[in-house]
Amino acid sequence: MSDQSLELKGSLFPLSVLFCQDLSVDTLRQQLQQKLAQAPGFFVQAPVVINVEQLEQAPDFAAIKQMFIELQLVLVGVCGASNELKKAAHAHGLASLQLSKNNKPTETAKPQAAPAAPATPQVITAENRLIEGNIRSGQQIYVKGADLIVRGTVGAGAEVIADGNIHIYGSLRGKAIAGAGGDASKKIYCYNMQPELISIAGNYWLSDNLQGPFWGKAVCIGLQDGQLALSELF
Amino acid sequence: MAKIIVVTSGKGGVGKTTTSAAIGTGLALKGHKTVIVDFDIGLRNLDLIMGCERRVVFDFVNVINGEANLKQALIKDKRLENLFILPASQTRDKDALHKEGVERVLNELAEDFDFIICDSPAGIESGAMMALYFADEAVVVTNPEVSSVRDSDRILGMLASKSRRAEQGLPGIKEHLLLTRYNPERVIKGEMLSVDDVNDILAIKLLGVIPESQAVLNASNSGQPVILDTESDAGQAYLDTVSRLLGEDVPFRFLNVEKKGLFKRIFGG
Repeated sequence: MSDQSLELKGSLFPLSVLFCQDLSVDTLRQQLQQKLAQAPGFFVQAPVVINVEQLEQAPDFAAIKQMFIELQLVLVGVCGASNELKKAAHAHGLASLQLSKNNKPTETAKPQAAPAAPATPQVITAENRLIEGNIRSGQQIYVKGADLIVRGTVGAGAEVIADGNIHIYGSLRGKAIAGAGGDASKKIYCYNMQPELISIAGNYWLSDNLQGPFWGKAVCIGLQDGQLALSELF
Repeated sequence: MAKIIVVTSGKGGVGKTTTSAAIGTGLALKGHKTVIVDFDIGLRNLDLIMGCERRVVFDFVNVINGEANLKQALIKDKRLENLFILPASQTRDKDALHKEGVERVLNELAEDFDFIICDSPAGIESGAMMALYFADEAVVVTNPEVSSVRDSDRILGMLASKSRRAEQGLPGIKEHLLLTRYNPERVIKGEMLSVDDVNDILAIKLLGVIPESQAVLNASNSGQPVILDTESDAGQAYLDTVSRLLGEDVPFRFLNVEKKGLFKRIFGG
């Protein structure tokens, strides 16, 4: 029997990483306060790691630690530190963490950025996908950068998503999302329309909006002047 | 080579165990050596429906763990020469099953039997996945109501993507639809989906329609598979179902409301 009273196990936890060009205490305090004011309560006692990749000189870790306590944040450590910075961090009881490759500040993150409006529609170059048979409840199909053709029925609770057009040679009872990359010219075609949701380039209707003469019919769905529009398939 | 048939549904309480017992017994009646395996670890029911609950000594999990061999765990049916039951463990949970163990037991069974019926637990978690993983054919048990139909649709998706046949790129599992608790009177009143409605949504081959019947409950309570009650409509419908499973062409019965004759009207049906 091994001793069960003490165990050390590796685990992964989400940590907020702070990216800031200027780590002088006053600037940092001001910027942090602004950020925290946007979501009061959300970051209370949140564990934070500071990215010090861009720094050449060690900041005043003692003052920063004190400020974090005042702002109700928990400073865990630093990441991306040079050997010199590591030593400085260790001296103040901070951990130095390894930087993961994909953890870079988001380039597009600007304050008050407009809601993710796709600027340029994706150019369709990929190969269309053909599915022979039914798509059952719980299944999800996504076709990146191309059309999806289903020779069967899309069941209730199933989802078909494509950056291009969606063609369904059967009933559509689940969700269909065409032009997922933002291309408003894409369309959904189906032989029997009774979906839970249809969406083209982010404009969507639920089944409640679709009850009417087109329900259960062969229908083509497209965007006209930013509005979803239905028309008979033939 | 034995044929492995999973009886599954997604939704609970639709009649999987009743169907497993009936189909297994029916196949044995027709002279095929059959074993019914209870995959519902922790919620053992098949032994009750088969009326062998007092003879369970070792179970499926014991065999997987090597604590007993198959001969010790298999329970021979007292009514039929060709019929065996492999009971589930009541004291364990679904995690006690693992692919390697299940495969080993099924392979061992396949040497001896013509048919292996896997009685799946409800749900889409590991227990149900284990029951369907090795299947050659699937009987999807569905009640004529919307939630059961949707859950069956989900299971059909799993059969097509999560089974050994799907993973190894072999021809897919042969899917059969079995509609249970069918009540033509309520279908006419619009309280229940019709055979056509369900067929339209699930779009797989209809294997049988079992009418809603008091005989099923009576059979369960007495530990006699309902298929042995040849007087009952449900028993006859299961016999037809087994014939179809074996490839015979049998017309569907009990789909319409029975017209009551003069005698029945006077004396009650």
